[in-house]
Amino acid sequence: MTSLVASFSKGRTIRLSEVVERTAAGILVLGVLAWVILNLAKAPTQFFTVLLAGLNNGALFALIALGYTLVYGIIELINFAHGDLFMLGTILCANMMANWLGLTKPGLTGFLGLILTMIVVMIFGATVNMGAEFFAYRRLRNAPKLAPLITAVGLSFIFQNIGQRVNGSSPKQWGTVFDPQSGFSVAGVRIRWSFLVVLTVTALLLLGLTYIVQRTRQGKAMRATAQDQDGARLMGVNVNATISFTFALGGAMAGAAAVLYMETIGTTRFEAGFQLGLIAFTAAVLGGIGNLVGAVIGGLLIGVIQGLNDGAPYGLGQDWSQTVVFSILILVLVFKPEGLLGRRTTEKV
Amino acid sequence: MTEATSSTSQRGKQGVQPLLDLTNLSVNYGNIAAVQSINLQVHPGEIVTLIGSNGAGKSTTLRTISGLLRPRAGEVVFEGRKISGMPGHDVVKAGICHSPEGRRIFQRMTVGENLDLGAFLRKDATQVAADRENVLTLFPVLRERLQQKAGTMSGGEQQMLAVGRAMLGNPKLLLLDEPSMGLAPVLVDLIFDTIEKIRDQGVTVLLVEQNALAALRIADYAYVLESGHLTLEGPAAELLSDESLTKAYLGG
Repeated sequence: MTSLVASFSKGRTIRLSEVVERTAAGILVLGVLAWVILNLAKAPTQFFTVLLAGLNNGALFALIALGYTLVYGIIELINFAHGDLFMLGTILCANMMANWLGLTKPGLTGFLGLILTMIVVMIFGATVNMGAEFFAYRRLRNAPKLAPLITAVGLSFIFQNIGQRVNGSSPKQWGTVFDPQSGFSVAGVRIRWSFLVVLTVTALLLLGLTYIVQRTRQGKAMRATAQDQDGARLMGVNVNATISFTFALGGAMAGAAAVLYMETIGTTRFEAGFQLGLIAFTAAVLGGIGNLVGAVIGGLLIGVIQGLNDGAPYGLGQDWSQTVVFSILILVLVFKPEGLLGRRTTEKV
Repeated sequence: MTEATSSTSQRGKQGVQPLLDLTNLSVNYGNIAAVQSINLQVHPGEIVTLIGSNGAGKSTTLRTISGLLRPRAGEVVFEGRKISGMPGHDVVKAGICHSPEGRRIFQRMTVGENLDLGAFLRKDATQVAADRENVLTLFPVLRERLQQKAGTMSGGEQQMLAVGRAMLGNPKLLLLDEPSMGLAPVLVDLIFDTIEKIRDQGVTVLLVEQNALAALRIADYAYVLESGHLTLEGPAAELLSDESLTKAYLGG
């Protein structure tokens, strides 16, 4: 409705509610900036330490958020089972590394095993996600939007139950190939090797994904399908195969995030996907759902804000971590529903 | 109606197989019959036009030929092979390209990317480059706008892009749905001139139009569709010269 009013008046008249909205949003952004600067001034070393921790988590959020945003971009489905796919990935990773390969300590073999495990878990994530699309979502492509959404929630429960069956009801601790102690210091700020591994792997995956989407034939088919499925069909694009491929990419990103998460944290929980999935979803919405760059920026931002909140001098502390993240979701939906980089969808009459 | 007399047409000659053959084709939208038991042939080298008022079932017919819709009954045969029931991308592979109703260009991609998508299935890079050059010569305005986002162009330019993009699929049969829709009169003439040029380059054309007079002027053969039924067919020149027909059916 707002867009209608605006287009009729050619955007010349500015309504009072709009002024209030913009002022409130402006104050909010300035407030957050002031808070960040205050924290920096109070304790610079602590600030940078929690900033790095935030970036580490943020990179993982970004990888998971990409799965939400890829799938939403192509068939406008919020794949609520995506976080739980990630959780299954962490369990597979823990079992493969510790039980099958016997790698629980740092070292060269550990590192090689990590690469092998990452490939296996990425293939696992891609396969399961493609399977979910093939067996469930594809059947519902012409159904009302609510049907695939509820199906995704259902799949989320199925994945959680599988995770609970395999991992047990309580969290499990595992030895990992990332040594939490090893690293180096720059001006009193501790930088762990594992942080650099997480950041490097994330950056490489993002570059690869961008290359696939922007430069390859398959990526061209994805972008065409995202804009107009029938239009893409008329160009000779195999739409079903393209959607399947998109789910595979999203699943692979979740798999990679699962391995990095598990090796950093060293814990598997069957309900890990619910929480992390929702945070990553928030990141995708913050960046503008459907936008790949947006998902990464959103993920890093949420990671940093959460990190500062949990560890900075003027933070609210971990108890308020979730509250802060989901307040961001609500504020984004109120003030900028299209996200930082998303397109404003105008309703056609 | 009478036997075809047009010199370019193979129609009516013994033993000549039509390029496209619709037999007793019926298509439903849900429970509503949009097209009922129509028979339509397109022969190689022809421009065939399918005319009729809004909602007569013209676009439905084209969408069924391209595999976007499944027929309820009857079949679509292309080069002697049944293509009804095939997925859309296989129909393109068989050699049918479709410039659809409402243009359906990819708005958020550049003009160049749209053209590239037209040649999505083709592997012969050098021939594609030559065809692309040919399209850019037919529609010079597209050359100036290769880097522009397609959605920011005017309706007429978008229409040229839609037609050019379909041509880049190197089709044996080109389906054009309302190429003159919403265009200024000057552009309408340009589009119809270009369709004749495309035919002269050896591409067979099935043209759906509301602008019946303009379509009949360039077509070899015509079918009139009314509420899902074919009510009239014949060589385009005959339909055009029959004053009572043009008055009754074509608003002329």
